[in-house]
Amino acid sequence: MARITLDNLAHSYLDAPKREDDWALKQLDHVWEDGMAYALLGASGCGKSTLLNIISGLLRPSRGRILFGDRDVTEAETAERNIAQVFQFPVVYDTMSVRDNLAFPLKNRGNDPAYIARRVDEIARMIGMEAELDRKARGLTADAKQKISLGRGMVREDVNALLFDEPLTVIDPHMKWELRTQLKELHRTFGHTMIYVTHDQTEALTFADRVAVMHDGRVVQIGTPEELFEAPEHTFVGYFIGSPGMNLLPASVAGQEARVDGHAVALPGGYDAFDGEVGVRPEFVRLEAGGTGLPVRVTRVEDVGRHRIVRAEDGGGRPVNAILPEGAPLPEGADRAVFEPRGIHIYRDGWRVAPDGAAA
Amino acid sequence: MKTRNEKAWFLVLPVLILVAFSAVIPLMTVVNYSVQDTFGNNVFFWNGIAWFEEILTSERIHAALGRQFLFSAIILAIEIPLGVFIALNMPKKGVWASVCLVLMALPLLIPWNVVGTIWQIFGRVDIGLLGRTLDTLGIDYNYTSNVIDAWVTVVVMDVWHWTSLVALLAYAGLQSIPEAYYQAAKIDQASRWAVFRYIELPKMAGVLMIAILLRFMDSFMIYTEPFVVTGGGPGNATTFLSIDLVKMALGQFDLGPAAAFSIMYFLVILLISWVFYTVMTNLDKRDGV
Repeated sequence: MARITLDNLAHSYLDAPKREDDWALKQLDHVWEDGMAYALLGASGCGKSTLLNIISGLLRPSRGRILFGDRDVTEAETAERNIAQVFQFPVVYDTMSVRDNLAFPLKNRGNDPAYIARRVDEIARMIGMEAELDRKARGLTADAKQKISLGRGMVREDVNALLFDEPLTVIDPHMKWELRTQLKELHRTFGHTMIYVTHDQTEALTFADRVAVMHDGRVVQIGTPEELFEAPEHTFVGYFIGSPGMNLLPASVAGQEARVDGHAVALPGGYDAFDGEVGVRPEFVRLEAGGTGLPVRVTRVEDVGRHRIVRAEDGGGRPVNAILPEGAPLPEGADRAVFEPRGIHIYRDGWRVAPDGAAA
Repeated sequence: MKTRNEKAWFLVLPVLILVAFSAVIPLMTVVNYSVQDTFGNNVFFWNGIAWFEEILTSERIHAALGRQFLFSAIILAIEIPLGVFIALNMPKKGVWASVCLVLMALPLLIPWNVVGTIWQIFGRVDIGLLGRTLDTLGIDYNYTSNVIDAWVTVVVMDVWHWTSLVALLAYAGLQSIPEAYYQAAKIDQASRWAVFRYIELPKMAGVLMIAILLRFMDSFMIYTEPFVVTGGGPGNATTFLSIDLVKMALGQFDLGPAAAFSIMYFLVILLISWVFYTVMTNLDKRDGV
């Protein structure tokens, strides 16, 4: 187990990257603390898998260093790094039995047979495949194969880190929940550093202590699920996390007030004067009939069980969503949206600006 | 109500006629010869299974059969591992992959008798590059008089001509392995041997089976190349079944025995190919459960 440091890391799949867009992974400096469970969250193609493959050594970064503890492993082979990684699609050794598949990483290291047997039994119990241990891996269903892949990833006890690259994509929903719980359990018991790549926010938020949100080759924010929800550092974090995501409206900001389409919105603090965006989560939007709020037109109400989502749009046709808590009625003829000041964030060029900024 | 008749059968007729003329009728001629004898003037009389008995007990045929099995065994033992080894070391993509593929395919495109001629000249002690060089180096090499030299020449020629086929088939099998398998093996800290044994070999098994079958059948029927190089000699040292068959049918004009020989030759190839196929598919199945 080790702390993993990414130092000045960047990667491009091209030989001679010229433009900003040529980099699949832009400048990245980050320390993955030892023993933490991280989720790497982002849309498809944002560089999550690239980052994971660089950590495991399947890819050499174009620039920068990777350190495990104090050791520079940038040039080290994958095998040398002693890392477990589970891929999105199952990889099993077809001609081997399930038992041999699970034992494979241990056999490769020349572990004691008695230890291997004990360990394989433990893992088989964990992934619920004790009954199938002696059959060939070929011909199993995709989710059984993926369980084997997961098991193979977990079988070594002394790995430096466990990396998961969207491992539950092919698993059916019920089993997904169970396996995720077991992964968490495993993390609690053994305290491995884990990095879990996913594009599913529920998966990320329930699994991880810390979530790193990636967007367009960059890690835009790393924090606890609460931090990501309450103070998104980037508009991408705002609308990617949350269901529905943050409402973002262009506004001119000055002092304690922002003007959206000419309507004043009170802000929780003071800002310099600039054109930016007002971001407010639907949880902090209240709809009223008349009054001083932002004029909106309600288009749809969706009942999602615990609460209701009101879809509306402002004068410019931009969506403004609000969440009605359970039992709360939608006021008759609601045509104004009021933003609770404590839920308002201001963004400039996509990045959050703190109130009473240093320049003020 | 729909009319029902059997007119559709006429549509099969062209195929039946084609197959009859291309396969059945020539084969029946051979069958016909194998059970009859003649004293000339195109007069034939029934001879029963006498020709078959003669062939089965002929020491000359037994010897040729022995040489044939030895030859096929040697070239399979060399070409299959060598072909796999070459395929494993070929570049996977890029310009060099294409260059390799073209170079590998070249020997396959050369007609059999040209291959024989090339090696016949190549190995000659007086003017051939190989023969002359060996002679200059003081190595006593002469494929026309020394049995071992003749065998080595014929075997090396076949390896040169056909290893590419095995390599190309194995290469195709290797190309179909997704990159994720190699990545997983690296993560699992598998050795190079383990990668070959548990990933590459299982994925190549299907094409290798085809390669073994093709090389077995082809080598078991080999005629042109050794005939051009050694003419079956020295003595009868490289007289394989086909060469012996042609000697019997055209050289001696013993059509009856030659016909009986042909039929049994065909049945032997069919039988051995079937055994190969069955054994290998069963090995495959045993893995599946």
